[in-house]
Amino acid sequence: MQRRQFLQALAGTAVLPSFTPVTAFAAERVPLTYGLPAGAYGDAQMASLPGKRPLIEWTARPPNYEAPMAAFATPVTPNDLFFVRYHLAGIPPQIDRQQWRIAVTGDSIATPLQLSFQDLQRDYEQVDVTAVLQCSGSRRGLSDPHVPGVQWGLGAMGNAVWRGPRVKDILAKAGLKPGAVEVVVNGADGPVLTTTPDFVKSIPIAKALDENTIVALQMNGAALPHFNGYPARLIMPGWTGTYWMKHLISMEPVSKPFDGFWMRAAYRIPTGMFPTVQIFQTQENAMTTPITEMVVNSLITSPAEGAHFRVGEPVTVTGFAWDGGYGIRSVIVSTDNGASWREATLGNDLGRYAFRPWTYQFTPQAAGNQQILASAANRLGETQVRTLIFNGAGYHNNVVRPTTIVIA
Amino acid sequence: MKRIAAIFLVLCAAGSALAAERAVTLKDAPGKQTVEAMCSGCHSLDYIPLNSPFMNRQAWTAEVGKMINAYGAPIPQNDVATIANYLAANYGVQ
Repeated sequence: MQRRQFLQALAGTAVLPSFTPVTAFAAERVPLTYGLPAGAYGDAQMASLPGKRPLIEWTARPPNYEAPMAAFATPVTPNDLFFVRYHLAGIPPQIDRQQWRIAVTGDSIATPLQLSFQDLQRDYEQVDVTAVLQCSGSRRGLSDPHVPGVQWGLGAMGNAVWRGPRVKDILAKAGLKPGAVEVVVNGADGPVLTTTPDFVKSIPIAKALDENTIVALQMNGAALPHFNGYPARLIMPGWTGTYWMKHLISMEPVSKPFDGFWMRAAYRIPTGMFPTVQIFQTQENAMTTPITEMVVNSLITSPAEGAHFRVGEPVTVTGFAWDGGYGIRSVIVSTDNGASWREATLGNDLGRYAFRPWTYQFTPQAAGNQQILASAANRLGETQVRTLIFNGAGYHNNVVRPTTIVIA
Repeated sequence: MKRIAAIFLVLCAAGSALAAERAVTLKDAPGKQTVEAMCSGCHSLDYIPLNSPFMNRQAWTAEVGKMINAYGAPIPQNDVATIANYLAANYGVQ
């Protein structure tokens, strides 16, 4: 079958036109971290989606764009530098907020609702939640050995102030019945072929009813960028991005576990492999369990890899730490390859789901390559690991990662 | 009529989509045309160099199988080996 026949097959099954946003390419150098597959370095380029500054374009269709380190100059990530991640290329080029609705239905709802943007803004308390949104596969590209997928480096994440109504208030108004176990959520985007499973997820009812789980109508005080889920997306603080449904169009509380492809076959990790408090019980089996909370992690934002300093010149190290919502207890730094560690100074606490800034100062005494290690611990006592806990999907990579600077 | 219109729309969309995204030039080798035809309907071809070179023939075959079995790609069985061979030889490891 050649291209013409493939397109005919495609035409018979297509539900949404395969959409590629018109991107502008930037001539600037692509600021990639070390440790990615060789092919990634040749593939990547800086490109701007509509409404975005240049990001690292990994794939054009569906759009997968990583935030460069410049996005992490502040603890709140600017909207126009926020990363973009889609699974399937059937993305509406634009959404009319006046026409858009969220349907609240399902076998565990007494009074189905069709909610407009105005309803959601006017009829419910508006709540601010500052939370890290991180792709489950953030740092997948650093897996050793490498595993297939988008080869994300350090920037498949961001921290924003999300604002909108609580999911629990919406479900209460729709008459949530006892016996609901999960809420099935769907967005306006979908597959190119009808034979491809639509990206539909479910969340446990307990997490849906958490007071911090909201439908975001705003991001950092502005409308959500189109490619971050305009006009509204689900906010699941502490949990990885797979549940943060973009372009949210339905929420269905159900009395039986949801059996869709994206729950049953994707975003799963070996049961018991990672420390987890909030387990998605109704979707777990003996072999695998859905990824849920983020593991504790940190990022050195400055100095940059390869930066030059002089002997005797103080070096200020800055970064962020974050976890699944228990809060950061400490960040420790080593400048002697892990032989000794000292505590960094923690900065402003923007909330337990947010990036926690930290700083550390030291004065190099000898010329040569100087390695800096940082490792975060959360209030549960969980720490980053020194050796990768390998899994085939490349999830939960929180290996302590050296930044090397040059002292002359 | 509706169906013809739908087909026209999809062909246009596929055409314009290819025009709008940057062209990914895959390595010239046997099987390239089949890869371009079978893979680019649902996703841009940058996924291929991005995921290289760390998969062997078996791993690339599994990826093609995932596209057919999990994502419903209409790839004929007799093209699977052509695609996997091309990917392993040009974007893979032994």
